[in-house]
Formats: sequence, structure tokens, C-alpha cells
Amino acid sequence: MAGDETGERDRARRFRDAALPHLDDVFTLARYLMRNTADAEDAVQECYLRALRHFDSYRGPAMKPWLLAILRNVCNAEFARRATQPAPSAPDADVPPAEPTPQWQEPQRSPEAELLRRQDSATIRRLVAALPQPFREAVVLRDINDLSYREIAEVAGVPVGTVMSRLARARSMLRAAWNVEEGSTP
Amino acid sequence: MNCAECQVLIHALIDGELDAGHASDVEAHVATCPGCAGELEAFRAMRDALAGAGLREVAPARLRARIEAALPAPPARTAGSLASSLAPRFASWRTFFSGLTLGTALSAAVAATIVVAVIRNDPDQRIADEVVSAHVRSLQAGHLTDVLTSDQHTVKPWFNGKLDVAPPVVDLTAQGFTLIGGRLDYIDSEAAASIVYRRRNHVINLFVARHSGAEHGGPRSETVHGFNVRRWTQEGLDFWAVSDINAEELDEFGQKFMAALQPPSGRS
Repeated sequence: MAGDETGERDRARRFRDAALPHLDDVFTLARYLMRNTADAEDAVQECYLRALRHFDSYRGPAMKPWLLAILRNVCNAEFARRATQPAPSAPDADVPPAEPTPQWQEPQRSPEAELLRRQDSATIRRLVAALPQPFREAVVLRDINDLSYREIAEVAGVPVGTVMSRLARARSMLRAAWNVEEGSTP
Repeated sequence: MNCAECQVLIHALIDGELDAGHASDVEAHVATCPGCAGELEAFRAMRDALAGAGLREVAPARLRARIEAALPAPPARTAGSLASSLAPRFASWRTFFSGLTLGTALSAAVAATIVVAVIRNDPDQRIADEVVSAHVRSLQAGHLTDVLTSDQHTVKPWFNGKLDVAPPVVDLTAQGFTLIGGRLDYIDSEAAASIVYRRRNHVINLFVARHSGAEHGGPRSETVHGFNVRRWTQEGLDFWAVSDINAEELDEFGQKFMAALQPPSGRS
């Protein structure tokens, strides 16, 4: 049985080398999906435990999308559980729940682009966090986790065309919210 | 390209997901459409702001420590209870999403027709795109045929010395597809024959090139940018029939052509 144990430890080491470098990415997605740091941490831990269990069946090619898909599964299971026995944790103060998205605004020219560029980090973070699922997820996977469309399609389990339309829609919502924000702050 | 398509594709352009052909299509449209140009500029600015905002979080040290602590001693045999946790993932996510109404302003139809555009590293798809582009080119600028004749015995020898294959030229007039000539074209950077047929007022380009090695033997039909494409491999050659006639008629054309190409005493 000593051989088994060595094998197990070797496997854990290989897993650690492959999976731990993506911890920040996994945590980032968890943070945006769960909207709450404590829940995000629990989800990430569960994700890594599950990933380790299934590490033998992992065939690549990319570790990051594989982990993010598992994380997404974990978060979904949590939401499903809450739906049946509602005991929701309060969202963090800095991440408000989704609000109705403002109406589409007519595109302006350069001044708008200028305003879009000037928005500060905290506001951007808040606006991304306020996007409804699955648009929030699409933006986070693309613009923060830096996944390709194909990888996003894998993670979300939808066709690439759906990824494209979600991203287009998500960014339009984000932009509208962004413009409203700009209008409301003098 | 219309504005609705363009406004989805600009995101793929910004994200570097478009192949060169579609990228230049989008850029060409944007050059002549101030509305879409404004969209592109705004979304580029937004992308830059997102990239510069440092939104990627850093996992808390305590979380890293928790995971590290959990790793080296995995529970001996709890795998059984969770063995199926990956399999239901797909089912559960499907259910999750099917329960949501996606109020996308961009219709599913638009997304469905443009999906071919992003698949830039799929050689089959790229060739299908090229074949359709070649078909569209052939309809412009009065360059449909290099040799204009309805006589198959004139078209076939015309390709001699121009190609490393001898494309079969079949007369299908009796079946309702009139041979109108041949043309030299380029598909996937290789010279290819195009045999041109007409069905009523519609042109069918049948591209023929040496079989490129990849499998796909049987006939396959698809729609690319609104054109129907039917491809098959026969006698060591790849065939792509492209036209704006409906898919059923193009399939019929493919079947008639394949049948005509079979040697009369051929195997079943």
C-alpha cells in the first residue's frame, strides 16, 4: 500500500502544479458569480477538491477552462440548493445585486469613448457585478479571465454563436449602465 | 454586411476572434457606416477600460492555505459519492439556462449565421468560407468563365496543363443543370478548377481540387453566408458545389453529378 500512497502523493503534486497557478482566475469568477467573498471562497475550495478527484479523467488541453467549468458547476449547485431551501448570505456591500438595466442609449461619438475610458475601477467592478447572469459570466470569462470564445463556449456549455451574442448583449448593457453612471455623477 | 451583423461582429473583431476575411469585411463596413464606426470606437474604449481596471482578483492567502492543506491528503474513498459530479454538470447547467429567458436584442438567427465567422482555426470551415468567397467573386466583374461553352469535351481539355488534376466535366443538361463553362480559381492557396453550371437563372460553381488528405468522404451540406454549399470526396478529388439555389436542388445536383461520375459498370 506504500506504492499507492506514493502514487496518490505524486498525483496531488501534479495536480497542485497544474491547478494552483489558476487560483486567482478561479477566485475571480467565483467572486462575480457568488457576489460574496465568503461564498466565493467556499466555492473555490469545493472546485479544487472536485477537480482533484477528477484529475485522472482530465485530458486537457487547457487547465484554466476546465477548472472554471467545475467552479461554475459548484456555484450552480449552490444556487440550486438555495432555491429549494432559501438561506441566502447577504451580498457584500460593495457588490450590489442586479438592477434593471437602463435603456439602450443612442451612440455618441468620441466624447462617449472618452467617458468610457475614464470610468474608475471601483465603478467598473460594480457595474460588471450588477450585470444579470449569464451576461455577467460572459464578460468576466472574456474580459477578466481572458478566455477565447471557444473556451467560454466550453465552460458555459453553449455554442460559440451564443457566446458571441451574449458578449455583444452584455457589453451593450454594461455600456448603457456606464453612460447612466457618468450622467449621474457630476 | 448589414449593421445588425456588424454590431455583433465588432466584438469578435475587438477580441481578435475574427479570421482575416471577416475582419476586413467588418472594417470595410465600419469605414462606410458612421453608426457602426461609433459603436466600434465606444466598445474599444470600454474594452481598454475593463482591461486597465485591474478587475482580476487575487485569491486571499487564507483560501490558498485552505486548499493547500486539503490537497496532500485527499479523502481515501469519497470519490464514489461524487463520481458523477461532472456528468450532471452539463445536464444541470442546461436546465439552469433553459429556465432563463435570454432577452437578447440580437436574434439567435444572427448569432447562428455569424458563428462561422469566428471559427478561424477550423480548416474545413476556412475552406468553406473560401469556396463561398470564390463563388461570390465569380459572380462579379464578369469573370464567371474562362472557357465559355456548353460542350463538356471542350471544357475538360481546357484545364490540361493548368492544374495538377484532371477535373471531371459532366453534362447534366438532361437533368436540368446546364453546363456553361469552366474557370481557373484558387481555393486554400491551391489552383482549383471551377466548373460552372446554370439552373434557371442561378449559377452553380463546382470547385474541384485534389483531395486534401483530411477525411470527410461523404456528402455534407451546409449554409455559409446564405449560400448553400455541398461538399463531397470522390475519385481522389474534393468537390464543393456552391450556389444560391435552395439546398434541396443543390443536393440533387450533387447526387446527379456523383451518379454521372460513377463508371457505368462500377461497383454497386
